[in-house]
Order: sequence, then structure tokens, then C-alpha cells
Amino acid sequence: MNFKLIISVSRSLLMARLKQTLIAAVGVTFSITMFITLLSFMGGLNSMLDGLVLNRTPHVRLYNEILPAQHQPIDVSSDYQGDYNFVSSIKPKNERPDLRNSGAIIRTLRSDKRVLGVAPKINAQVFFNVGSIDLSGVVNGIDVEEENRLFTFSDYVIEGDYMDLKNTPNSIILGKGLADKMLASVGDVVQITTSRGERIQLKVVGYFQSGLQDIDKVQSYASLNTTQKMLGVPNSYITDLQVKLLDMNEAPAVAKEMQATFDVEAIDIQTANSQFETGSFVRTLISYAVGITLLVVAGFGIYNILNMMIYEKMDSIAILKATGFSGKDVNRIFITIAMTIGVVGGIFGLLFGLGLSAIIDQIPFDTQALPTIKTYPVNYNPKFYIIGGIFSLVTTYFAGYFPSRKASKVDPVVIIRGK
Amino acid sequence: MEQTILEAKDINKYFHDPVTVQVLKNISFSIHKSEFASIIGKSGCGKSTLLYILSTMDTDYEGQLFIDGQAIRGKKEAELAFIRNEKIGFVFQFHYLLNEFSVLRNVMLPGLKLAKQSEKEIEHRAYEKLKILGIENEALKNPNQLSGGQKQRVAIARALINDPLIIMGDEPTGNLDKKNSQIVFAIFQELAEEYHQSLLIVTHDNSFAERTHRIIEMEDGSIIRM
Repeated sequence: MNFKLIISVSRSLLMARLKQTLIAAVGVTFSITMFITLLSFMGGLNSMLDGLVLNRTPHVRLYNEILPAQHQPIDVSSDYQGDYNFVSSIKPKNERPDLRNSGAIIRTLRSDKRVLGVAPKINAQVFFNVGSIDLSGVVNGIDVEEENRLFTFSDYVIEGDYMDLKNTPNSIILGKGLADKMLASVGDVVQITTSRGERIQLKVVGYFQSGLQDIDKVQSYASLNTTQKMLGVPNSYITDLQVKLLDMNEAPAVAKEMQATFDVEAIDIQTANSQFETGSFVRTLISYAVGITLLVVAGFGIYNILNMMIYEKMDSIAILKATGFSGKDVNRIFITIAMTIGVVGGIFGLLFGLGLSAIIDQIPFDTQALPTIKTYPVNYNPKFYIIGGIFSLVTTYFAGYFPSRKASKVDPVVIIRGK
Repeated sequence: MEQTILEAKDINKYFHDPVTVQVLKNISFSIHKSEFASIIGKSGCGKSTLLYILSTMDTDYEGQLFIDGQAIRGKKEAELAFIRNEKIGFVFQFHYLLNEFSVLRNVMLPGLKLAKQSEKEIEHRAYEKLKILGIENEALKNPNQLSGGQKQRVAIARALINDPLIIMGDEPTGNLDKKNSQIVFAIFQELAEEYHQSLLIVTHDNSFAERTHRIIEMEDGSIIRM
């Protein structure tokens, strides 16, 4: 097949209607630009919003739920195996809320190849004493270094140094909302009452702000040692193990496995935060829908231009066919025109899309709720560019398909005799 | 016996819109190599219709058609296009030059499509053809910069580029003034005499037809003289 000839004929037809073809190409450029920008921006927002919760949520959380025993002694007794046994008013046994044998569990988990890291945590309900008023709150005892490595703890500490939590004995980092309520500034000492009634004084070494107000109003962080001392429990006392995996998607399976192996409760991130995934999915879906709509509109523009061109160039098509171009050749000529518009428009669209996203990336976006975000978030995922490129080709191909088919069916006899 | 290059056997053609009318009735004739033939007849007698059937562009007919010994009926559209490209040169009443291309490029197009030679060779041949027609100086101009007679000569050069078996003309002088008609006729004659080119020209100009080697006269869809 003589592609060079087809391309040269296509080019000359394109040049003859340069203005219109340019407008058609600009339509594609515009839609691809918006498609890329929209998806990049939406992708950035999505990952930011997800990050707000998901980055700080362990992929698998191991804890000990206080529950009534699953099996009552009568169920085990051989005398009553064939009977229905009813036991009323079952209550949970008095046991500590910590994970048993936590040291061994941590060692096992750390040697697991799927696990990125394990951060132990103690969850303690406390009262903050402000004058005569007690504010209820939570102290999270954390392994400062692990917590920072796995859950970027330092990102949320807006004042003070997070490492002081480890280096200063009896220190605490308060949620911004909580600190505001207590009028406690860095360096002050706050008094805490534990659930067992013991009082302890802790030095405020910083504030943290998660972006979720409800959390900032009740949560605070202290080191594991401080919390254990505060509660009067031994070094092995740990209520939660936060596991971060290399691949988040493995979480449900891993959680199930850990639950069986260690005889503890395990919850995976997908179960705990399913609504976030739904939100991201819907937002992404909307951006794709808008982007594709834009492209389809651009496709109609190409369709129009080609149709016009075919009416105008009827004579040329007729003579090409009379002198030996087959319907297939004519079809190829017009498909080439359409694809040229698509490719050129698409490439510029991808470039402009990249440029526009880069500009959006520079626009300041200061919000109290999101301490780590300084500019509008943009996700430069190459996937968007690949999809945009493919879509521009597909839509222009289809926009060109019908006019091209019409051109290929032009009967030269009708045109030439009509003169 | 001279070689037969084009043969029609019992060609019948009907127009169906708005009512069925038979426009060609049992047309049978043949053209030999290097024959300069003309088809004449009154307007509406079916001479152009016949030419378009002979040219393979119209495929809706009954009967048999042979070009260079090949049966044309039943061939696919792409095969017909190839036959037109290789074996038939066209000159129409209107020149049908592509304004987006230079004169030279217009002449080269069917040659480039056939692609039997390199682009350089085709260009060289196009120049030769333009020289035969005396318009080699206009080669790099755009068709819309030429006069009507010159355009028609470019169209003839385009018809010649692949050294066709036969040149078919549909009223090639119909749009031209007397002087240009003379020039075009002289060119046809030269092609026939010097280059032994076969020509089949449809015309309603009797003085034109009388100077050809052979006149095929039609009336009401039948050949009455050949």
C-alpha cells in the first residue's frame, strides 16, 4: 500500500481547509487538556482526602476485644451434646484489655515478608483536669519512631518537635482543639486523671492537628513508657498493634490469618474505611464522565469538518476514484485526516494538560484543617495521560469513520455526469 | 488481425428511477489497438452512459465487457480501480484537477498510485508528457493559475502518465472555445498518429468526429453505425 501517497493527499486536503481543521484540532486539544487537568486534580484531591485517613490508618489493626466467651462450659460437656443449651445473662470475664504475649507477636510480625512495619500502641481513656472541670480524652501511647516511620506522625505535629515525646520524660503532645480548650501552650504542664483514679502531671511538648476536628479535640500522644507508667502497667502492656503492609490490598487476607494465628481480633483497612474507597471511586467516575463527554463533543466537531470537507471535495474524490484510487484508498485518506487531527490535538492536549496541572499545583491552598497541604494537590499519574491519549485516538477514529465511509462510497459517475 | 483491446458484448442498461427505462440496447462492438474512435449521437442517446460502463466506473449493467482480454463483470471495486489506474486514461468535459496540488503533482498522481516506478522516474515522465502537450513551463504552477485550454491539456497529460491501453474522453472539448478545441483535437491526433495511442472519445461535435478514424453513431440506446 502506498502510504506516502495517501499521506500526501491527506495533507493537501488538510491544508486546503486549514482553519477548520485547526479548530477541530483545538477542540481535541481543549478536551484532552481538561480531561488531564480534571483527572490530575481530582486524583490529587482523592489521594489527599484518602491520605487524611488512610495514611494514618494501619492496614491491619490487632487488638483484644472484651467479649463474652464464645463457648460456655456446658457446650463442651459430653452429657449435653445432643441438647439445646440456653444460658442467660452471660457477661464478659474480667480481663485486661491488653494483647497477651505482645512481644512474641511483634517479633513474628516483623519477620513476616509482607509486613512493612509494626507500631505498638496503648489506648488509654483519661480525664484532663482543667481547674475544677474534667475533659474526657484519650492518650495514645506510641512508639514515636515507628509511628513516624509508618504513619508520618511528624507531618501532623504543627508545633514542637515530635522527638521530644521520646526524649523528654513525662511529656505529651496535645490535639490542637484540646490544647485550645485547655489554654495549654507548649512548655505548660497538664494534669491527667486515669480511669483508675491516679493523677499524673505531663509536660506539653507540642500540638498536633490531623485535619479531623473531632479527633483533634480528644486525642493526645505520649510515649509508650510514659503511658505504661501512667497506667501502672508493666512494659509488655500493649492494647493495639498497628501493622502496615507492603501491599494494602492484601490486608483482608492477612487480617484473617493473623486473627487465627494469634487468637486476637484483627480488622483490615478496607473493612474499617470502606466509605473512603466509595467516595474516591465516585469522584473518579465523575471526572472520567466529564472528560469523556468533552472528547465526544470534540469528536462531533471532527465529524462535522470531515463531512463538510467531503461535500466540498466531491470532485476531487470522484477524479481520484476515476484515475484508479479504490474506495479503500479514499477511506484511508479521510481516516488519515481524522487521525492527524486527533494525534496533533491529542499531543498538544497532553502537553497543555500537564502545563495546566503544573499551574494548579502552584496555586496556594492554605487550610487550617490540612496542615501538610500548601498548594492544591495534583496527581501526575501517567495512567491519565495514557488513557487521555488512547481516548483522543479512539474518538477521532470513530468521528472519522462514518464520513470516511461515505467518501469511499462516492460514485464518480454520479459526480462527473452531474456536471 | 489487429489486437482487440476493448470488447463489449450485448450490453444492456436500465435506469430505474423514476420508471424503468432501457437506455442501452444490445450494444456490441470492439476497439483495436491504436484505433482513434469517436462515439457520436444526440443528447440522451446513451453515449456517455456507454462510456462510463466501458470505463468500469459504472457496474450496473447486463452483458459482457472485456478490457485487454479480461472479463470485467463481477470484479471487485478495488480490482476495477486497479484496472482503471493501469489501463485507462480519462479526459472529462471538466478538467477535475486538484487545486491543492501543483500541475506536475496532478499529472503524477495516477502514476504514484500505480507505483510501478520511483517518484523520481514518475516526475521525469510527467515532465515528458507535459512537454508533448507543450505546457512543461506551467509544471510548477497551481491549476487555478492556468487557462481553460491549458487545464484540459494538463488533464490529458494526467491521462497519459501510466501509458494507458486506451484513453477515454467524455466531451473533452465540450467546455473549450474553438481555438482550444482545435489544439486539443490536434493533440489527440498526434497521440494517435505518432504514439499509436488508442482513443475512444464521446462527442456531439460532428466535425470533431469526422476527423477520427472511426465513428460509432448511436441513437436511442443502439448503435446505428460503426
